[in-house]
Amino acid sequence: MAEMMDLQDAPSVDANGDGSKSLLKVKDLRVWFELRRFGFGHAGYVKAVDGVNFDLPHGDAIAIVGESGCGKSSLMKTILGLNIPTEGTIQFEDQVVSDLDPKGLQEFRSSQIGYVQQDPFGALPPFMNVRRILEEPLIVGGISDKEERLKIIRKSMNEVRLIPADDYLDKFPHQMSGGQQQRVVIARAMIRNPKLIVADEPVSMLDASVRVEILRLLRGLQEAHNLSVIYITHDLSTVRYFSEHIFVMYAGKIIEKAPVEDLLQKPKHPYTLALLAATSDPDYENALTFKEVPPGEPPSLVNPPSGCHFHPRCSEWIKGLCEVKEPPDFEPEPDHIVACWLFEEKQDV
Amino acid sequence: MAKNQNLLQVENLELHFRTTNGVVQAVDGVSFALENHSSVVVLGESGCGKTSFAKAILRLLPRNVHKYSGKVIFEGKDVMTFTDEDFRRNVRWVGMSMVPQAALNSLNPVMRIGDQVAEPAMIHHSMDRDEAWSVASRMVQHVGVPSDFLRRYPFELSGGMRQRAAIAMALVTLPSLIILDEPTSALDLLTQANIMNVLKRIKEEFGTSYILITHDIATSSELAENVAVMYAGQIVEVSDARRFFTEPLHPYSQKLMASVPRVRGGTEPEFITGTPPSLLNPPTGCRFKDRCMQRFEKCDEEPPVIDADGILVKCWLYGEE
Repeated sequence: MAEMMDLQDAPSVDANGDGSKSLLKVKDLRVWFELRRFGFGHAGYVKAVDGVNFDLPHGDAIAIVGESGCGKSSLMKTILGLNIPTEGTIQFEDQVVSDLDPKGLQEFRSSQIGYVQQDPFGALPPFMNVRRILEEPLIVGGISDKEERLKIIRKSMNEVRLIPADDYLDKFPHQMSGGQQQRVVIARAMIRNPKLIVADEPVSMLDASVRVEILRLLRGLQEAHNLSVIYITHDLSTVRYFSEHIFVMYAGKIIEKAPVEDLLQKPKHPYTLALLAATSDPDYENALTFKEVPPGEPPSLVNPPSGCHFHPRCSEWIKGLCEVKEPPDFEPEPDHIVACWLFEEKQDV
Repeated sequence: MAKNQNLLQVENLELHFRTTNGVVQAVDGVSFALENHSSVVVLGESGCGKTSFAKAILRLLPRNVHKYSGKVIFEGKDVMTFTDEDFRRNVRWVGMSMVPQAALNSLNPVMRIGDQVAEPAMIHHSMDRDEAWSVASRMVQHVGVPSDFLRRYPFELSGGMRQRAAIAMALVTLPSLIILDEPTSALDLLTQANIMNVLKRIKEEFGTSYILITHDIATSSELAENVAVMYAGQIVEVSDARRFFTEPLHPYSQKLMASVPRVRGGTEPEFITGTPPSLLNPPTGCRFKDRCMQRFEKCDEEPPVIDADGILVKCWLYGEE
């Protein structure tokens, strides 16, 4: 696709040249929300994100997989600069996100990061037509020439394959199907040529037949623009078609990180195993058997279990170790990191 | 098929709604049969009329009904001829019940779980409150809810627990048929697997039959004995699960199966081009023809339901000629 939007890059930070190693560095990130009793007395913390580390290289797509309430949305919001980290840092190229002043943060958010929401209908203002919706970020970005804006809008609508653009420019969200709405959301996220796209369950609200189409579109855009993408999902089956790495999150921590095929073929952490076992492929034999499901429910993040957060539900927990000490990251195989005591000795061998 | 009496037989069921834009033909001439102690999955994309189909069976109709006709034969009786009051007394809850979509939100927020689960038993089996509560307590334990949860309110329960409570409610009168409308779509993966286990166990223990309505093909295979595929208000294929999941016949079913991403096995999923037709003014002839790769002249005529080796398929490709 043609690179006609070069002028778009002008207002962005000029650290592009030397940032060859990683785009985003998350270091020992903790996001705790304080609970208050009757509005003032301290009543503990919700430890939504509790010690997360990762590096996201330029042009890489990662998937963060976890169940609701595991802290993946809090992590995402902190990356977008919507939450203030309690501890640790998020470094975007050379910039520490939490050091930005409100104005810088706004500029950072609107020009460096694109956000694709889960529910397209909820994410699009119902009283604006597509032209208005896509124009907004450009106005905020200071492009004052109307013709110029329209040109950029048409180009990005072409990219998300809302073709011909003229048919859609004057439509309102409710006049479009879910798939088309999601394309508008993606076009909006992409329109200022961000370096990072954060997609929060971008296809979970769509029909099966459209899902694949949208995922492919995202993948195509990612490759064409050398974008980095953080894909947040609970659906392991769509991950392999989208990203290079999977991070599995449980109760505020990343418990396993591995390349996609590695993780799907040779999962290590008992929780990842359970997740994979619970994901069905369409097969009539499924109806004949019961699924192995770990007992209980994900823990409350106010008072998570001691030691390994998964130990009360784990079938292989080691008494005297798992409930006492939090497992550090082990690397039983190169590039396959797992936070589980089961893999302790395997590292020494 | 003849050896086993059909629990439910639907013939040419139609449910049309009146809207400001015209008549929406949500369910348009659906026929199918369900044997005793078996389950059928109704698959379809959003807007294909699958929820309306469920409501048409249970006669849970909104006010703007334009046309409601056909035959619903349940346990040998044509329940379409029943008056609303007879239907309410003798069929709904007693014979068949429903777990509605988003059961999370279908619970009454100001009633205790126990009262809600017990209510159908009190009304339909004329039990007193204590008796109904003890039945309710047995039922919720069956679906994996601790019985002290009966005294709680819905907001005190997690999503999975609320879903189980809704299932317990549908089960408390021991109906022979439960209609499940997207019972797990709002739940987490592990919770989903858990609920599916619960449903399988109930089926084994009580011999309940299910109609499972969903768009999630992978999860639906957990409960499928038979599969019915719905497209634009019509059923286009009825097959047994074993054959459906290995080799679907209708071009739409084939595309639908090909669009499912798989965790195991590496085929690239495909998508279906185009959008489903509007139910306001569905195309004549086969309704899938505009998106079908195997279209030919005959598709402009309405295809009959063709019996291809025991699989019912509404497609000219299988016409005997």
